[in-house]
Amino acid sequence: MVPLSWYLIVAAILFAMGLYGVIARRNAVAILMSVELMLNAVNINLIAFWRYLTPDRPVGLAWSLFVLALAAAEAAVGLALVISVYRERDSVIADELDSLKY
Amino acid sequence: MSEETLALMTWLVPAGPLLAFFLIMLVFNRSKTLSWVVAWAGIFTSLFLGWTIALTVFFDGWRDHFASLIEQPLVIADSVLWLPFTRDAARWLQMGVAVDPLTAVMLFMVPFAVAMILVYSVGYHRWGMGPGDHVVLGAPNHSGVDPLFSRFFALMSLFGGAMLLLTVADNLLLLFAGWEIMGLCSYLLIGFWYAREYDDPKAIPPRRAAIKAFMTTRVADVFMLLGIVFFYRVFGTLNFHEAFAAESLAGAAEAVGFGGLAVMTLLLFTGTVGKSAQWPLHTWLPDAMEGPTPVSAVIHAAAMVSAGVYMLIRIFPLVATAMAEQPYAGLIIGGIGAFTAIMAATIALAQYDVKRVLDYSTISQLGYMVAAIGIGAYVAAAFHLITHAFFKALLFLGSGSIIHGMEAGAEHAHDHHTDPQDMRNMGGLRHKMPVTFWTFLIGGLALSGFPFITAGFWSKDEILADAWFQGTEGGSIFAMIVFVVLAVAAFLTAFYTARQISLTFLGKPRTALAEHAHESPAFMTIPLLALAFFAVTFGWLGIPDNFLGTDGIFTNFYHHFVGATVEGTLHGLNELGIHVHELTTLPFNWIPLLTSLIVALGGLALGWWVYGRTARETTEEPDRLQRPLGAAWGFLANKWYWDELYNLILVQPVEWFSATFVYEWVDKGLIDGTLHLIARSVYTSGQYFKRFEERVISGGVDAIKDGFLSLARDFRTIQTGRLQEYVLVTTGIASVLAILVLIINWWDTIRVWLGV
Repeated sequence: MVPLSWYLIVAAILFAMGLYGVIARRNAVAILMSVELMLNAVNINLIAFWRYLTPDRPVGLAWSLFVLALAAAEAAVGLALVISVYRERDSVIADELDSLKY
Repeated sequence: MSEETLALMTWLVPAGPLLAFFLIMLVFNRSKTLSWVVAWAGIFTSLFLGWTIALTVFFDGWRDHFASLIEQPLVIADSVLWLPFTRDAARWLQMGVAVDPLTAVMLFMVPFAVAMILVYSVGYHRWGMGPGDHVVLGAPNHSGVDPLFSRFFALMSLFGGAMLLLTVADNLLLLFAGWEIMGLCSYLLIGFWYAREYDDPKAIPPRRAAIKAFMTTRVADVFMLLGIVFFYRVFGTLNFHEAFAAESLAGAAEAVGFGGLAVMTLLLFTGTVGKSAQWPLHTWLPDAMEGPTPVSAVIHAAAMVSAGVYMLIRIFPLVATAMAEQPYAGLIIGGIGAFTAIMAATIALAQYDVKRVLDYSTISQLGYMVAAIGIGAYVAAAFHLITHAFFKALLFLGSGSIIHGMEAGAEHAHDHHTDPQDMRNMGGLRHKMPVTFWTFLIGGLALSGFPFITAGFWSKDEILADAWFQGTEGGSIFAMIVFVVLAVAAFLTAFYTARQISLTFLGKPRTALAEHAHESPAFMTIPLLALAFFAVTFGWLGIPDNFLGTDGIFTNFYHHFVGATVEGTLHGLNELGIHVHELTTLPFNWIPLLTSLIVALGGLALGWWVYGRTARETTEEPDRLQRPLGAAWGFLANKWYWDELYNLILVQPVEWFSATFVYEWVDKGLIDGTLHLIARSVYTSGQYFKRFEERVISGGVDAIKDGFLSLARDFRTIQTGRLQEYVLVTTGIASVLAILVLIINWWDTIRVWLGV
C-alpha cells in the first residue's frame, strides 16, 4: 500500500484547486463545479483515513456516502438557484450578483 | 304713655327712614311715585314719633317746672348688649337709645326739617313732568323729571335715618356710626349729578366737590375717632349718661388730669370742626353747593352740620370739666368759632351765587354756636342750633325755589348759558314769586336777628347776652372779645342778607331768566310756609325769664327744659370741687339787647340803603362795595384764598407724592425695575444654559454619534455583496487561524527544526 500522506496530498491539491475555482471563476456554474471538486477532495480524505485507520468499522464509508449524497443535493439546489437568478438577471457572472452590497 | 312704649318709639324713630332707604333701593326704585311715597312714609313716621316723644318729655317735665328733669334728665333709656368684651355682662359694649331734653328738642326739629325737605324735593326734582329732552343719567334735567329721582329719595332717607340715629344714640360709638353714614350720604348726594361737567377748568364739578367734602370731614373724623378711643380708655364706657355723671368726670380728671381731658375735648372737637365746617376745615361746604338744593338744605341746615354742633353740645360736661382747670380748651373752641363766624361773614359779603351766600352764612352761624360752647353758654348754643336749622333750611329751600324759577325762565327763553344761580342775573322776583319772596324775607330777617318776631333774634341775643355777662361779671376778657366779634359778625350778617334780598327780589328783572320766572309748585311752597312758621314762632319758647326787667311774665321754657340736661351734672361737679360755670338765669342787661337791635336793624338798613334803595340796573356792573373795599373785595370774593392755600400746601404735595414719587419712582422705577432686572438676569442665564447645552451636551452626544457613524460607514465597505470575496476573506482568516493552531501545537518541533 502507498503511504497515507500521498492520498492526503492528492486530496489537498484537489481541495486547493477547488478553492481557487470558487474564488476566482466568474461563472456561477463554474463556481458550483469547483464546490463539487472540493467536496470530492473531502471524500478522498474521508475514504483514505477510513481505509488506513479504522477499516473494520464502516464509519468513514457511511460518512462518505452522506457527503456524496449531500453534494448531489446541494449541486441540484445550487443549479436551481443559478437558473432562477439567470432568469431574473440575465447573467451568471458572480461579480454582478451583489445586491446584498452595503 | 308707658316707659316701654316710649322706649320702643325711640328705637323706631331712625328705623322709618332707614327702612325706606332699603325698600326704595331694593324694591321700589323703578317707580318714581312709589319712591317718594315710601320716603315720605318713613320720614313722616319719624316725625310723628319724634314729636310725640318730644312733646311727651316736654310736657311731663313742665308739670313740675322741670325739677325732676334736673334730677334725672334721662327720660327714656334702653339698650341692648352688643359686643362681648368680657364674660362679665356689665362690661359688654352696649348699644342703645336715650332721650333727654336735648334729644327731645332735636327730635322735634330734625324729622320736621327733613320731612319738609322731602316734600320740597318732590317738586324740586319735577315729579310729574315728563322725561324732558336730552336726558343724561346723572346730570340735572331742567325740562323734565330727574332721571335718578328714586335714588335721591333713597339717599335722603338714609341721610335722615342716619341723623336720627345719631340723635337718639346713647353712646359715642353709635353717634359716630350715624356720623359716618351721614358723611357717606353727603358724598353720594353732593355728587348726585355725577355726570355734570363744567367748561371752566377752575370750577369744581360735583364729583370733585363730593370727594372734597368726604375727604375733609374724614380728616376730622380720624381725630374724632382718636378722641373716642381716648374717651373709652378713660371713662371705661362710651355711654353719655354714665360717663358724664359728676363722679365719673371727677374720676377721669384724676386719672388723666385736666390737661388730658382738654386734649380729649379738642380731639372730639376736631370732628365738629370738620363736620360743621369751621375754620380750618371749612372749605368743603361752599363746594357742596354742587348738590341739588334740597341736599344743601338738609346738609347745611337740618342735619349734617347740626350733627357736629350737636355732638359738641352733647359732650358739654366733658368740655366744661376740662375748661374748669384748663381754660385754653375753651379759648381754642371759642376762638375757632368766633374767627370762623367773622371770616365767613366777610366772605359772604362778596359772593354772587345765591347759595354761596347762604353757605358762608351757615358757616358763620355755626361759628356762633361753637363760640357759645367755648364760653360755656350751653343753652344758647343749643337754642341757636334749633332756630338756625329752621330758618336756614327755609332760606336754602327758598333759594332752591328761586333757582327753580330762574331755570324755568331759562327754559322759556331758551337761554342755557346764563347762570340761574347768579344774583346779578336776578332782580324783581318779588312780583314773580311772591310766596318765595315773603318766606325768604322771613328767613332772612330771622338770620339777621330781626327783633322780637323772628326766632333768630332770641337765640342770637342769648349768645350775646351770655358773652357780655361772662365778659363783665365773669371777668373773662376772652368772652368780651367774643362778644365784640360776634356782634360785628351779626352786623355783617344783616348787611349781606339785605344785600341778597335786594339783589334777588327787589328792582326789575335784569335778564330774560328773571323776566320769565314763575312761582314754584305747591310741593315746594308749602314746606317754605311751614318752616317760616317755626322760624317766627320757635323763638318765643326762649324769651328770657326777666326780659326787659320783667318778672314772671315770660318763661324761658327752652332754657329750663334743655338746661336741665346738664344742670344736675354741673352742680354735682361744683360740689366735687371742680369749678364749672353753672347755668343760671342771667340778670337782664340792656347792653346786649341794644347791641343786638343795633347790629340787626343797622345792618339791614345799611344793606337796604346800599343795595336796595336804588336797585342794580345791569348784570355786569361791579358790586357797590367793590370800589370802597378795593383790593379787599378780591380777597373776600376769593374766599380769603384758603382753597388755593390748601391746594398749594396739601393737595399738590400729595398729588406729587402719588404721581411722581410713588407711581414713577417707586412703582415703575423700583418695583418694576427690580422685576425687569430679575427677568433679564434669568433670561441671560437661560442663554448661557442654552449655549452650554447646545455645545457641550448635545455637541458631545452628536460627536459620539458622528464618530460611530463614520466608523460604521467605513466598515460597511467590507460587505461588497460579492460571494467570492467573502469566500476569499473566510479562507484567508481560516488559513491564518489554522497556521496559528499548528504552530501552537507543534511549537516544540518547530523550535527544534529551526535549531533555536
